[in-house]
Amino acid sequence: MKRVLSSVVTVVISFCLVAGFSPVSAAKAENIKVGAILAVTGGASFLGGPEARTLEMMVEAINAKGGINGNKIDLIIKDSGANPEKAISFTKQLIEEEKVFAIIGPSTSGETMKIKNIVEEAKMILLSCAAAEVIVNPVAKYVFKTPQKDSHAVQKIYGTMKDLGISKIAVLTGNTGFGNAGKGQLEKIAPEFGIDILASEVYDKKATDLSAVVAKLMANKDIQAVVNWSIVPAQGILAKNMRQAGWDVPLFQSHGFGNIKYVEVGGAAAEGIIFPAGRLLIANSLPEDNPQKQLLVRYLIDYETKYPEDKVSTFGGHAYDALTILVAAIEKVGLDKEKVRDAIENLQGVAGTAGVFNFSPQDHNGLDINSFEMLTVKDGKFAIYHK
Amino acid sequence: MQYLRMTPELFIQYLFAGITYGIIYAIVAIGFNIIYNTTGIINFAQGEFVMLGGMTAITMTAFMPMPLAIAVAVLITMVIGALIEMVFIRWLESPSVLRMIIITIGISILAREAALHTWGESVRALPYFIGNEVTSVTILGAKISPQVLWVIGVCSLMVAGLSLFFKFTSLGREMRACAANRRAATLCGINAKNMVTLSFVLSAGIGAVAGCVMSPITYSDYEMGPNLAIKGFTVAILGGLGNSLAAVAAGLLLGIIEAFSVSVLPLAFQDAIATSILLLILFVRPHGLFGSSEAAGLKEF
Amino acid sequence: MDLWKRYIPVLFLLALVVAVQLITHFTETSYYLTQLTMSAYYSVVVIGLCVLMGYGGQISLGHAGFFAIGGYLAGALTTHSLLPIKSHGLVAFLHKIGLLVASKDLYGGDLLTVEPWAACIVAVFTAGIIALAIGGPVLKLKGHYLAMATLGFGIIIFRIALASAYFGEADGISGVPSFKLLPGLEVSGSFGARVLNYYIAWMVVIMGIILLLNLIHSRVGRALRSIHGAEEAANAMGVNTARYKLYIFVLSAVFAALAGVLVTHYNGGIGPSEAGVMKSVRYVAIVAVGGMANLWGALIMGIVLNFLSLRGVFGSYDDAVFGVILIVIMLFAPEGILNINPWQRLKSLFSLLAAKPGENTTE
Repeated sequence: MKRVLSSVVTVVISFCLVAGFSPVSAAKAENIKVGAILAVTGGASFLGGPEARTLEMMVEAINAKGGINGNKIDLIIKDSGANPEKAISFTKQLIEEEKVFAIIGPSTSGETMKIKNIVEEAKMILLSCAAAEVIVNPVAKYVFKTPQKDSHAVQKIYGTMKDLGISKIAVLTGNTGFGNAGKGQLEKIAPEFGIDILASEVYDKKATDLSAVVAKLMANKDIQAVVNWSIVPAQGILAKNMRQAGWDVPLFQSHGFGNIKYVEVGGAAAEGIIFPAGRLLIANSLPEDNPQKQLLVRYLIDYETKYPEDKVSTFGGHAYDALTILVAAIEKVGLDKEKVRDAIENLQGVAGTAGVFNFSPQDHNGLDINSFEMLTVKDGKFAIYHK
Repeated sequence: MQYLRMTPELFIQYLFAGITYGIIYAIVAIGFNIIYNTTGIINFAQGEFVMLGGMTAITMTAFMPMPLAIAVAVLITMVIGALIEMVFIRWLESPSVLRMIIITIGISILAREAALHTWGESVRALPYFIGNEVTSVTILGAKISPQVLWVIGVCSLMVAGLSLFFKFTSLGREMRACAANRRAATLCGINAKNMVTLSFVLSAGIGAVAGCVMSPITYSDYEMGPNLAIKGFTVAILGGLGNSLAAVAAGLLLGIIEAFSVSVLPLAFQDAIATSILLLILFVRPHGLFGSSEAAGLKEF
Repeated sequence: MDLWKRYIPVLFLLALVVAVQLITHFTETSYYLTQLTMSAYYSVVVIGLCVLMGYGGQISLGHAGFFAIGGYLAGALTTHSLLPIKSHGLVAFLHKIGLLVASKDLYGGDLLTVEPWAACIVAVFTAGIIALAIGGPVLKLKGHYLAMATLGFGIIIFRIALASAYFGEADGISGVPSFKLLPGLEVSGSFGARVLNYYIAWMVVIMGIILLLNLIHSRVGRALRSIHGAEEAANAMGVNTARYKLYIFVLSAVFAALAGVLVTHYNGGIGPSEAGVMKSVRYVAIVAVGGMANLWGALIMGIVLNFLSLRGVFGSYDDAVFGVILIVIMLFAPEGILNINPWQRLKSLFSLLAAKPGENTTE
């Protein structure tokens, strides 16, 4: 009996604790609550970390300027650690308890796909920072995404290959959602460009040595180029292993290479890597009349001033775009959720870090292939790729 | 599929990849063994020593030349090893195996989380000791990064040094005495508790050295520990728990199997090999390839 | 009388479950029920593991694997459309005997999938068979070897989930339909079905608890306790320890798989993180905190810790919190948090500090 009593006490105490932890809701009626579900820790923290930092920085700046039309933003960041079950729990929490205006995130495609139905049912605006095309194809009424399409990246890469006269390639992908989606697109689009995939390998995302597989592929003299679709650290390790082995065919990477830190750890081996990316990475060398230039340079300077430890990355940019789009829509039509959704769907010519967004009821991504630029690494820096 | 043919160069290339990894697994396995021998504990946080060594050294290179940074990092990791033993292990009176497993798992999680919140999620690397990322030397027609030779050299030296230490120094002999029979050793005036601390210091130290030499090749990040620990444990079991020389052989074996597996298996299965070997060996020969079942039977698992 | 005493806590739990629902209803905080429902399902894994660890004395670092077998199979079977192979003999046969259901997806496309009941039975059965198959060799091992073997099993399941296109690779499975248990009673995550699902989840927990309570007070339970205490002695007395260990291992695997099935239907999907090693460690942590051989302790800690974690109370320190809990409990209260006598603990801590270093201290 004593045990039962102590159990009850424990339960009651923990509930009181929870009640104490919960932020007091509806204290400031004028504020716009924006929820964010990001993988700040865990296997996708290279995405969630910069995204969370970017959002915090932006909200601080917006509120310091007096908010959107006088309404300040309350940002609620929930760290899902890339666990779908947590993302689901947090989504319901944000919708019902916090009664947020819109949700930014999640960072990964797997999580986004799991909460897609929930936000549809609750008529909640979701601006996903994940890349997979299934998020917006088929179109769900309330779901938008800010990263560029994988298929556009693939088309850019294959286009460049065509220019270089390359037609026989090897494809390497990491076993993440990102790598998987990229592999699918690479295989699907290859025939359109007359490209032959001679070898295709999937490796673990935490692989620390790829020299054995490089040796294997290198033995096939027909391979004219390698495409690698993954995230750190494997993309740097592959570059090193290839160059150490003396294999000097062109190495193409995905838009997941968009952080100068990867170049730093890749060192000399990163030289000459060709990859598609948004223009954020070469903001300073853009011509003055580029519609994105001003915004990119500002984001870059703001981010690196506020977080001197970190370097700006295209991943943080996805969160930047999500909030920018939301703010643009709210500025236009005020604080009515349905109207804001309609407004997002009709936004035209909004410059973001990933490109210039032109949404439509059929396109909830709003970016075209021109949002990508082919970049290369030159003297340890990103530069626009010229043949 | 004509490129599957094994040329001599390809063979050497695979072999070196295998040896590099094998020797690192062996070092982790020896770390397991040193602690296991003196305490009967499997330290699930062994991989975290490697991570801490590498990450600390990378931070230190900002303030001092690299050799000094590595030395400092190894020292710091050794101190952390000692602290872990003193805070979490030393004062427990004959704890159950279950309790020790859970405690060391907890330590591993804590070390990882501490690293995440100190260093962030990004991947880092020490610079190459000689040359840079693309330098290579040609050995028998295969191109090998000089860092690979560093890893193999330093790790071999450590293995040799350790066996000399255990054989010829009085401290090493005392540690072995504790491993053989703790009570008898205590009766002979050996402070068994200090030997346990020393074993944590040693195994943290060799882990940290391995973490530093491998960092340029494999990079370091906060979550590199568990993977290494599982491979290291597989190797320790494969060689027979507690047997360090056998661990070297087993480590090389696993590393080479993994490297050559690439030529026949899809790369995606490479990591499953170690786990499958682990399960197989546990089911069939839990005393290891090189151990005798009789000796294993005397030990308490 | 004894029986009465055993079930008082169950009645108490039942009353508490109803009371919580009523309180949240009247304070308009019924959104708490979402996380309480999820925690209840995770607690089913925990109580199963508790009997294995606390009463059987066998550690398992692979229970997330069994959870994932249940969840992934149920998710895959009820999600992947069989329409493209409709003409195949087996599919046609299954369709005829009513094991398949036709439905429409969110965008109006036609689907032909396995009926959730059938999928559930397949999933739980598969987990049970796998547990039976690996249980034999695994449970022969002890201590570190057992821990590592179960860990290895968990890693293999994780790898399979991550590597197979059928299980969605890194993205996992989404769009899992709701599970109609009975007409009008379905496991679904939609906002309208929340209260109903809260009760479904808790009924599952209560049935699980009753089953396990009966088990540990039966002949099997006594045999298990004897294994934990002194296996060789038990063996010598004619207790077939291997059989009892295997029995309890399979039972706990079935509990985990069932929880996996229900969570997957409730969440509408499952991802590889559910199969991860960290998840297994969490289940062990919760059992340890509850006090190994304490079913009620495990249940309470399962609810409390999962509830707090799913609400994101620990923020980005979620894993760290579990690590700290593991260490602190194992260092200071290996009998579990509910068995602490704070005064005595404090005293022993002081005597420990007072003792000279190196000197033996008695606890």
